[in-house]
Order: sequence, then structure tokens, then C-alpha cells
Amino acid sequence: MGTRSGGPSLKLRLHVDGKSLSVAVDDANTPLLYVLRDELKLNNPHFGCGLAQCGACMVLLDGTPRRSCVLPVSQVRDSKITTLEGLGTPDKPHPVQQAFIDEQAFFCGYCLNGWVMTAAALVKKHPRATDEQIREAFAGLKCRCGAHMSILRAVKRLTEVA
Amino acid sequence: MSSPHSFPIMTRRQALIAGGALVVTCLVRTPANAAIDSGKPALTPSELDSWVAVKPDGSVIGYFGKVDIGLGIQVAIAQIIADELDVAFDQVSIVMGDTAMTINQGGASGSTGLELGSVPLRNAAAHARHILLGMAAEKLASPIDMLDVTDGVVSVRGTLGHHAEERGVSYGELIGGRYFDVQLQWNGKIGNDVAVIGTAQPKSHGQYRVVGKSVPRADIRDKLLAKEIYNTDIRVPGMLHGRMIRPPVAGAVPVKVHEAAIAHLPDVQVIWRRGLLGVVAAKEWHAVKAARELRVEWSSPAAAFPPQEALYDAIESAPPVASGGAAPVGDIQGALARAGKVVSATYYWPFQSHASMGPACALADVQADHATIWTGDQKPHYIRDGVAAFLGLPPEKVHGIWLRGPGSYGRNDGGDAALDAAYLSKAVGKPVRVQGMRADGIAWDPKGPASVHRVSAGLDASGEVIALRFRSKAFSRENIASHPDDPTQSLAGQLTGLPIKTKHAFDVPEEGYDFANHDLGWEVVPPLLERASPLRTSHLRDPLGPQLNFASESFIDELAFATGTDPVEFRLRYLKDERGIAVIKAAAEHAKWKPHTAGGNAAGDSADPVVVGRGIAFARRKNTRVAVIVEVEVNRRTGRIWPRQWTVAHDCGLIVNPDNLRRVIEGNILHATSRALFEEVRFNPQTVTSVDWLSYPILEMRDAPEKIEIVLIDHPDELPLGAGEPSTRPVAAAIANAVFDATGARLRQAPLCAERVKAAFLQFEG
Repeated sequence: MGTRSGGPSLKLRLHVDGKSLSVAVDDANTPLLYVLRDELKLNNPHFGCGLAQCGACMVLLDGTPRRSCVLPVSQVRDSKITTLEGLGTPDKPHPVQQAFIDEQAFFCGYCLNGWVMTAAALVKKHPRATDEQIREAFAGLKCRCGAHMSILRAVKRLTEVA
Repeated sequence: MSSPHSFPIMTRRQALIAGGALVVTCLVRTPANAAIDSGKPALTPSELDSWVAVKPDGSVIGYFGKVDIGLGIQVAIAQIIADELDVAFDQVSIVMGDTAMTINQGGASGSTGLELGSVPLRNAAAHARHILLGMAAEKLASPIDMLDVTDGVVSVRGTLGHHAEERGVSYGELIGGRYFDVQLQWNGKIGNDVAVIGTAQPKSHGQYRVVGKSVPRADIRDKLLAKEIYNTDIRVPGMLHGRMIRPPVAGAVPVKVHEAAIAHLPDVQVIWRRGLLGVVAAKEWHAVKAARELRVEWSSPAAAFPPQEALYDAIESAPPVASGGAAPVGDIQGALARAGKVVSATYYWPFQSHASMGPACALADVQADHATIWTGDQKPHYIRDGVAAFLGLPPEKVHGIWLRGPGSYGRNDGGDAALDAAYLSKAVGKPVRVQGMRADGIAWDPKGPASVHRVSAGLDASGEVIALRFRSKAFSRENIASHPDDPTQSLAGQLTGLPIKTKHAFDVPEEGYDFANHDLGWEVVPPLLERASPLRTSHLRDPLGPQLNFASESFIDELAFATGTDPVEFRLRYLKDERGIAVIKAAAEHAKWKPHTAGGNAAGDSADPVVVGRGIAFARRKNTRVAVIVEVEVNRRTGRIWPRQWTVAHDCGLIVNPDNLRRVIEGNILHATSRALFEEVRFNPQTVTSVDWLSYPILEMRDAPEKIEIVLIDHPDELPLGAGEPSTRPVAAAIANAVFDATGARLRQAPLCAERVKAAFLQFEG
């Protein structure tokens, strides 16, 4: 049996959703996703593929959407990490969250971190993004339930405001 | 930040007396405190208390024995209960899928959530109202027929609000926090067919206030605000993480395991029994690494599969193990023999994967004489039964707790994950959470079966279709049963040597065109590998619907053009089903269909590789009817097909929630478009090679349509029919028919991927 009990060897300070948190891991290459979920008990980024192919684990790293399943935790210690939970609050949801709620977007919702985080970065950079720009921004994201139409409508609630 | 163990533990009794709105996803309970749930009537269908409860504040709980796999069915169930009980929609909460709190209603299954699943709740709620009115009549000293109910407050007609003493009496005051202890008549069945009825008459259309309204889904808000607790999020004290190690070659078993390879990882255990191999670790990342790095010597079985390109030859040359079909009508042989012209075509459909958004996850806590299983599977009661059988425990000693997981759409890898977790937990004596890696959800889930469909029709001299023969030859629809209640139907069972049982069955098209002579049948061929095959089959959304309809509705189009008839007119000529005719007419009218009697008009001699065409297909699934018309853009150089605009006409009986129904139809169209254009499980003679989203591509946003217009045909005087799958069914045929209209080329093999399209238009290469 491989039963070596090894203590964490690497202490890190992470900046997550406006809080400064310390974590200890024994492997500097541990993907951020596992640190968020298993050490910090933040459930909202989901494991979808572990291969940066779907977006279910998406977080914002200094405002840029990044797939936490392939991001070594040692590379993010100086960055501001924003998860879905830190995007807005129940009292004051981020406009993207509110647009998706208003549009009743998604079915199971397991994929939504990818779409919401990407949309948040998109509308910040391109507040009047065209249909083509929206589709391009979402390249590489997966939604198995087929919520694409409601996702497009939700984003266009923000980009097509008169 | 949420605490790791912040999930309230709740029993039926506690749910009943708890104040305030019930957060259904937080109803988590362990056997440790099951004993305090005493004094309640038994959880059997004949008890009214098994279906509805009234809390002290007058709010109502509906206990729904099916589950929401993402389509939001709980809203419709609550709407129905609200109307039957005369309470406000917001007063109703729905508990789903917990085996200690709900009756086994079959789980999510065959689009029966409303058609079958709502019926016991409707009848129970109607009966509960009847009981409550009886109690109120006594309290208010008034005859029942003089009583009104508004938002759960009973009053004597015309008096409510006039004086304090005439304020009426609320459901909460009448029975809040207590059990009805009243019997219903039960049909003795369990699962999809369970039905109960009371003596009260459920409401009719004119009395609906909430049914028919587009009430939004509360869970969508929770999900967007990171409040939803998925089954993947559950942690319990002492929990370990497990990962399974599947064979690199189909049929291989571990011969030797070298644990030294993972000795550098802390707190890892290897659990190995015959063909079933897993690792358990305290940290999830260590379990992932251990599963990757463990060195395993495997047996070298003979190649189980044909080369991928020989799949359909293998099906056609295999000796069938079973056959069946609809009763033939007329004399098919004679009619084909005397036909002036015979039209024939063969269609092909590949193995497809559920490829759920997340690989399945389960958490099992197996103790000596009882167990708890947390699952996101769509049939939690059958998961409970399967885990119990696998562990040798009576079902009542296993508590299945359901929370939302990634949308499953059939028997995905959820059934396997539950038994894997139970196996590992029993071995290590601690709770173990297992979540698959991506390949477990694509390479190793049970597959939708591959099939070949040979269709022939005979035309007489006037062009009348006098005979239609439809023959499918295919892998069974269920090498693995759709219910996960039998461990022989799981990888864990098969890899540990349980006997193999497989069902040999297929199906025939349901559309029901009325040709004078017709014969619809099927033959099933044996599985390529009997035990623990990554190509074992089971139900995938609308099982067999897309493949049968792709063949039958493509062929109907071929027949229309062979007889010089417009495809819409042709369908209307041979369809005798009034509701089918109605959806076809509605779709054609809404889409402004232009009749035509030949395909490829748009292409002509055009040098532009991009051409546009339209296609129609019709589907009947049980009693739901759908007609779709799609406009596609075909790029003959790149091979890209883009279904740009859809019109869907949909009849699923009574419409409970129109906006949600529209979104469900959109989801069907998108999921089915993905299957029609992109999805094919790849394999080589040794194993399945579709292991991720690169090797099993699905639809992405660039391929989503511009527009989906939906015409809903409501039947307010009827009960609701299924809507979770029927609009999946006609999508592939409609696209293929539109491609023919655009290009004049008939694509008869799914998926209609770019390579196949390009191959049909070699002149545009380069």
C-alpha cells in the first residue's frame, strides 16, 4: 500500500473573492481547481474535464477567464482570483448574473462558470459586442444540455441595450 | 464562504415542522438520525402523507419521486399542486428523489415526468384539499359547498376579511405540522406506473390559475449566485476520494499492480478485486495522481472490436440474436413484387455517448449493516436498490440521497459511479467520494447503439406508395438496463465477475404513415464484447428515436421527390393522425414553406460553395407530436453545415409552463443538432478512442442557430404529455433533408460531419 503520510510542504497565500487566504499543499503543481474546492471548500468551480476543454472550472484571474483545472496553484499566488461566488452578491448580482437569471438561462447549470466568467470579461472589454464577437468569445466552452440560445439572449440583454 | 459540512440533516418529520420556506436541495439525512423520524405513516404510495404535507405556516411540501435533471420539472409539479390545493405557487416546495422521503416514481425516465409523474401528486393534492375542506367545514360550522379557498385559507363564501371572527381558517391551522393519516387507492405498482387516486375530483381547465403560467425557476437564480449544492459538492466527515482505473484495452484485467509507483503519494490505498481496480486517497488531487501513476500490468485479450470503418459491415454480417417489430399490415412481399418502381435506401447511425457535462460522481458511506449513497443519478431509487444488492443489504437499509448533478439524459455513467463508490467505501471502511475523469464519462459510459436501417417502398404506376418495408439491424437498445437496480448491469458488477444478462431489443418508427402495405421490423446483433464493454449500450436521450427517425423521415423525403411531390404535401397525404397533421401544417404555415418537388435547386451550377436549403421532418413520440422545419447553410468547400433557423410546432397536450417548455424544446434542438452533426464514438479494435472533447466533439456556440421559432399547440382540456425528448427526434432527418434541398446530395450516414459533406462535393476542393 502506498501509505506514506506526507505533510504539506508549500504554504501559499491566495487572493480569492476579495479575501486573503492561506493554504498549504504538498505539490506546487496542484491545479487551482482542487485547492479551491478541497482546501477552501469553494464549490462553484466544477470539474468538467481536467483538460481545459470545457470551461466548467472557469475563474477570473486578474479579470481574465482562466480554466482552474490546469492552472498550477503556485502560478496564481500574486493574482486576484474571482469565482462565481465573488462576482456579485445575492443582494447585488453582477449584471451578467442578473441577465442570465432574467433570461432563465441554463438547464443543469453545471457548465455555467465558463459562460458567466467569459461573458463578464467580454462585456467589460466589449460592452457592445456583436453576435459574431459573442460567439467567438465563447469558443471552446461546452454546454451539454443545449442552453446556447438562452445564453446568447442573456448576453445580448447587456450588449444590445439602446 | 460555505463551511464544508453545512448541509442540514433533515427527516420527513423535520421537513414537516420546520418553519419558513424549505430549501429542497439541503434535505440531506443520514441513517444515524433516521430513528427520530418516528410516528409517521409508512412511506407507501397508499398514504396521502407520502405525497403532500402542510407545514405550520400553511406552506405545502410536494414529495416527488422523480427528479429534475436540468429541465426544471419541479416548477410544473409545484404549479399543479398549487392549483389543486388552492395555495399560492410560492407556498409550495418540492422534495425530490430522496429514497427516505419520496416514493419510487421511476426517476427521470422517458419524458414521463409530467405525463405519469404528476398524476399521483395531482390526485393526492386534490384529495388533501377535500380532507382540509372537511376539517374547515367543521371548524367554521358551514357546509362544504359554501367554502372558498384562497392561498390556503378556507372561508365561508363572501365573508372573508369582513370581520376578524370571520377571517376563515388556514391549512396551517387545520393540519400544519401533523400527518393526514389518510389512505388513497393505490394501483399496487411502483416506478413509472405508480398511480394513486382519492375520492376528490382534480380540477378542470377553467379552474387553473397557476397551471398555464410561465412561472420562473428558482433554481436558476441559485445556480447563478453559486448557491446550488450539487451532488459533487457533498463532503462528510472522514470522507476519502476515490478514482477508478479502467482497462487500457477493452476486456483486459489487471494481472499485477506495482504500488511502488505511487509510494511517494501520501495516504493512498489501492483497492483491487478481479477486474475492478481503484485508488483511495485523503486528498482528491492525490487520488487523481495515484490513478494516473499506478503501474498496472494488464492481460492481453484478443481485439474485441472491428476497425471503425468496418462497423456497419460487422452489423450487417452478424447473425441476429433477436428480432421483432410491429404487426405487418397487408401483403408486403406481394405489393413490392407488383410495384412499378421500388425505391430503396440504407441509413447508418453511430454509437453515441452521453458525454455528460461532468463525469458522474457518487459518495458512499458503507457501514456494517447500512449504507448511505449520495447520487446525482436520474433514478435515485433504483441506485438505492442497486447499491443494496451489490452490498448484500436489504434496500431499506440503504438510504439514497439525490442532489442535482450534471444533466444526464439517460443511463450515463451515474449508475457505475454509485457502485464504484460503494465498493471502495466498503473496502476502506470510510465514506468515499468517487468522481470520474473525463474519459470515464465519454469512453466508459453506456452508449446509444449503432444501427443500420434498410428501407424500401413500392410505387404503383400512378406514383401511389403501395408498400413500405423498414428493417433495422442494430445493437440492442439495452445491453445494460436503463434502471440501475441490478449490479450485473454495472461495470463494478461485471468486472468482479457477476453473471452477464443482456436484453435484446430494438424498436420501429412511431410516426404511423398509412401506406396500404407496410412492415416495420428489427433485428438485434450480439454485443461486440460481452463483459464490461466500453461499447455496451443503454438508453441515451430519446432512446432509438433519432436514429429511427433519421432513416424514416429521410426516406419519406426521398419518396416525396421520387413521386414528384412536395415533402409537406406528401406527409399530409399519407398521415391520418389529426394531431400529427396539425403540427405539420402549423410548422409549414409559420415557416412560410414553399412547396417544391425536387432538391438541389439552389445549387444548380453555382460556383459559390455556400448554398441554402430547407427541410422538414415529423416525429411522434408516444402521444407527443413535433414537426420541425430547418433552414441550413451548406459550405460545399469546408463541409460545414449550419442549421441557421428552426421552426418547431409542438403538441404535448396541456401546457403547464409555456416559457419553460420553449426552453426545453430549444435544448432538445441543440442537443440533437450536436448528435446529428458531430457526435460519433471513435474506437479501434482494442478500445474506445473517444476520451475527451477533442476526440468526441460536440456542438459549440459558433454552430448554434440564429433563431428557433416555436409554435406551441395547447390542449387545455387534456393532461400534459412528455416534452423532454420528442423534439430531439426529428432534428437529424430535417437537417439531412435541408442539405438535400440545398445541394441535391443525400447524406445517409450520421453524423453529417464536414468530412462526409466534403466527400460529396469533391469539385469544390482546393
